[in-house]
Amino acid sequence: MFADYTWTELGSIFAMQGFAGLILFSVFVLMALGLAIIFGQMGVINMAHGEFMILGAYVTYLCSNFVEAFIPALFGVYFFFAMILAFFAAGALGALVEWSLIRHLYRRPLDTLLATWGLSLILQQAYRSIFGAREVGVTLPNWLLGSVPLSDIIEIPINGIFVMVLTLVIAVSVYFLMFRSRTGMQSRAVVQNRVMAGAVGINTERVDRMTFALGCGIAGVAGSAFTMIGSTGPTAGQLYIVDTFLIVVFGGAASLLGTIASSFAISQAQSTMEFFLSGSMAKVLTLLTVVGILMLRPEGLFSHKIRR
Amino acid sequence: MRRLKDLIENRLSRRSVLSGTAAAAMLVTAGAIAPAYADDVNTTGLAVTEDTVKVGILHSVTGTMAISETGSVQAEKLAIEQINAMGGVLGRKIEFIQEDGGSDWPTFAEKAKKLLVSDKVAAVFGCWTSASRKAVLPVFEQYNGMLYYPTFYEGLEQSPNVIYTGQEATQQIIAGIDWVAKEKGAKSFYLLGSDYIWPRTSNKIARKHIEKLGMKVVGEEYYPLGHTQFNSVINKIKLKKPDVIYAIVVGGSNVAFYKQLKAAGIDMTKEKPVLLTISVTEDEIRGIGGENIDGAYAAMKYFQSLDNENNKEFVAAFKEKWGDDIVIGDVTQAAYLGPWLWKAAVEKAGSFDIDKVRLASPGIELTTAPEGYVRVHENHHLWSKTRIGLAKPDGQYELVYETADLMEPDPFPEGYQ
Repeated sequence: MFADYTWTELGSIFAMQGFAGLILFSVFVLMALGLAIIFGQMGVINMAHGEFMILGAYVTYLCSNFVEAFIPALFGVYFFFAMILAFFAAGALGALVEWSLIRHLYRRPLDTLLATWGLSLILQQAYRSIFGAREVGVTLPNWLLGSVPLSDIIEIPINGIFVMVLTLVIAVSVYFLMFRSRTGMQSRAVVQNRVMAGAVGINTERVDRMTFALGCGIAGVAGSAFTMIGSTGPTAGQLYIVDTFLIVVFGGAASLLGTIASSFAISQAQSTMEFFLSGSMAKVLTLLTVVGILMLRPEGLFSHKIRR
Repeated sequence: MRRLKDLIENRLSRRSVLSGTAAAAMLVTAGAIAPAYADDVNTTGLAVTEDTVKVGILHSVTGTMAISETGSVQAEKLAIEQINAMGGVLGRKIEFIQEDGGSDWPTFAEKAKKLLVSDKVAAVFGCWTSASRKAVLPVFEQYNGMLYYPTFYEGLEQSPNVIYTGQEATQQIIAGIDWVAKEKGAKSFYLLGSDYIWPRTSNKIARKHIEKLGMKVVGEEYYPLGHTQFNSVINKIKLKKPDVIYAIVVGGSNVAFYKQLKAAGIDMTKEKPVLLTISVTEDEIRGIGGENIDGAYAAMKYFQSLDNENNKEFVAAFKEKWGDDIVIGDVTQAAYLGPWLWKAAVEKAGSFDIDKVRLASPGIELTTAPEGYVRVHENHHLWSKTRIGLAKPDGQYELVYETADLMEPDPFPEGYQ
């Protein structure tokens, strides 16, 4: 396969392939983090995760149109506002959904699955009615397009770097929020023992709502970032949901570190195999491996070893 | 709302007719004569009255496929409205019953059955994906209906109950490859597609033709529908350095593919490599963004920018009905042909009977088609020209080439049966 190429060419391609894997890794982490927080901390399987992402994408779309029409001078930086707005929009919707739907179902985990699936259908149809069935195009500022050429062959996509930096920022923020702040401590306390947490004066309802809203908000940011690399349409959220669940389940539902590790494993496996095999075959092999490992370790890669 | 309005109007008109005895007497006489007259043009009990004929529109307006099928619904409604304004078909106004396939193939079959069996429609304009067409095909054959199918597709099918108004694979592919070989001096191709029947069959035809012309296929790959990460394959393309990327990626994947291609530093306007696609119409560019696909070539039969009188009228009428910011792609135009081809066939046959319409269909020609002149072939596909368009940042294609003659439809190319 490689006989016809020079060493420089091969070296460059491997460098770029490594970079492609890293981009995929960042994308996966970004997708899965919100879901992992909700799933891991609350045990709620949020089937509408993809739709929260697309809400973020639509917010970005609206922002880009608004800024282009009214304050074109700021067009270069609108993306940052759009992401912040996407976070709050998706977070607010998340809080509303938690209050109106999820909190009534905490003792019935399978029903949350159905309820959030229904929610995803409702949201899809709502997007379709509001924005139309067709995909919308989000115009990006010029500096986000194109690539940085490092050599003749090696070219690093700028939006890839952007997604990587964003993922890093969000992952670090989540780490501090969950493990270094009071809110995070309360949230973890509620996960470990809801009754006891309530007894020592933690407002468990409020914690649940914040956690759910946080997860949805991160989904919104992810959706906003993905307008750079993917499509924005009413059902585009469905494109991500399977991979997202795969990562969270494979990583071990209760562990954020597990989510990151499993993103890394799956993205590297996928992108390496895609290079040597065809796209569909790579997917098949990835899924087979994951299924195989889950048969041996049903709790996923990382799990809390605590007595319940 | 519309249905309510129709209901009220119907009722009012009925009441005003019945109000005078003279009119009532007339109604009775007309009633006595009418069946005989209606029988002439309708011997099989279709929903044809003295002044109306019912047809069905069967597309997905909900679900994933709504993105693509909306344009077809709009085109068919426009055509029906225009035909009615001209006096209808055999003096009868067309009334349409619209059903939603919901992007679900069994639902398509069920709704098709409803349209044929309960509504007794004289023709159905509908379906988009090959999967939905395959699902309704047995229904149309069992209950003897007539389907006008608008999408360009993989071929390998010919039903007495379907008229295919889009191009089949060979029409789209062969002209495109000939052009890129001749005009761009292409020697090597990288074939890429979404993983289902249409891209796979199309690439099979493409590969055969490429090899027949003595050129080389350096890579062929398929990605699952909805795949959003193309960085690996883009790296592979960079390594293999083909002259042409031949892309048949569809749906949401399209957006991801072109955005990532651009981000990876492949500038299609430099034509190294040339990108040739048969799956991106103006509709898809809306989602991709014109700036991301600037410089790509598409091989199909219709572009919104075609410069002829028919098309100017069509685009103006379409925009007047559906709004100024709408775009019209290849399939939308093909869907627009459906009602017109049906009207011509019915009038040639002098009857709404499916069997007579079928016999009358081959040889039907439309000189008013937005794409120019088309003619129905014996095999129920259309003779049509194939055109190459260059994608512009404004989301439109600029026509760069069209075949001199009409391409003959060949749904069963040798070696693929």
